[in-house]
Amino acid sequence: MPATVALAVARYRPEVESEPISQMYEVPFRKDWVVLDALNYIKDRLDGSLSFRWSCRMGVCGSCGMMVDGFPKLTCSTFLSDHLPGPIRVEPLRYFPVVRDLVVDITDFMQKLKQVHPWITRKEEKPIAAGEYLQTPDQLDRYKPLSMCINCMLCYAACPIYGLESSFVGPAAIALAQRYNLDSRDEAAEQRHEILSARGGIWECTFVGECSKVCPKNVDPAGAIQQYKLTATAHWFKSVLVPWGSR
Amino acid sequence: MSGKVQYTLYHPKWYRRHVSVWWWLENRSYTTFILRELTSVSVAFFAFLSLWYLRALAQGSESYARFLQWLRTPLFLTLDSVAFLFILLHAVTWFNLAPKAVALRLQGKRVPDGIIAGLNYLAWLMLSVGVTWILLRG
Repeated sequence: MPATVALAVARYRPEVESEPISQMYEVPFRKDWVVLDALNYIKDRLDGSLSFRWSCRMGVCGSCGMMVDGFPKLTCSTFLSDHLPGPIRVEPLRYFPVVRDLVVDITDFMQKLKQVHPWITRKEEKPIAAGEYLQTPDQLDRYKPLSMCINCMLCYAACPIYGLESSFVGPAAIALAQRYNLDSRDEAAEQRHEILSARGGIWECTFVGECSKVCPKNVDPAGAIQQYKLTATAHWFKSVLVPWGSR
Repeated sequence: MSGKVQYTLYHPKWYRRHVSVWWWLENRSYTTFILRELTSVSVAFFAFLSLWYLRALAQGSESYARFLQWLRTPLFLTLDSVAFLFILLHAVTWFNLAPKAVALRLQGKRVPDGIIAGLNYLAWLMLSVGVTWILLRG
């Protein structure tokens, strides 16, 4: 076991650099340390000017996503010991504009997420006195894996289509749209269809499949998108064959 | 990025990385993906070849013999071998990905991926055996 490990951390200080540079830091190696621990060590002991996002330290909040040795990872669950001998390359999430050092701007994702109505919508709400909307375990099973998404955006950083085609709604937002489409309590699938089947929607996806591989919560956005392609195709055939049918 | 970008005092200059045209060489999964996409060229090649085959057949025995002669040239044999390997990659990747797109549910439970992919492979095998039998029976 080495006593220390080197981290090559991307620095971008808009007032200093015109483009990111790599800065080396030597941190103590401990086998129970994750990349986020090393970054916090740098921040606390070596260089207080390093900027990065983090919060829960337990893979729940989705704040600490970064590129580690070229792959999108949650730094709170990426052990230093899995990236020896180093130097371990830490960079901001790919395809997002860099605000500073390891901090990226997530406005684009937040706007796209909102577009797909990721909440339960009813055509007509029933009064509270009428009780809750009941659901069977089977109905819950249909969407539960998709509901595990923590909005960490690793899937966006893994998706070359998002990098090349900025209008693409993207893996997590489509997976979350599908999460609500499959929820027996929701009645807004038609509204989401307008967004998902338009330009920038599901048809931009060419099924690279990397989004599902990097997902720390096993959400499988790639599967959700392909399944929605089948739904959208059936929807289109129905609209052509039965144009008078209710939409 | 979509929408209007707002610059403020605190982030005056965002850095946007340019996506290289060689992005697909960055990791093995991306390269496999591009190879999978390229297999469509082989599919088109075999489709074109089948049409040419029918045309040669329709034009009579002399034309058909010329066509068969051409099939035996080293150039065609090389093209055919490469295209065949790509077709195999096309078929295998397609069948392996099929379970992702087909989420069948039976008695409230999702049919396992192995069953969906297995049924695809089984259909492929049966069709291949059927075609081989038709070609070899005389």
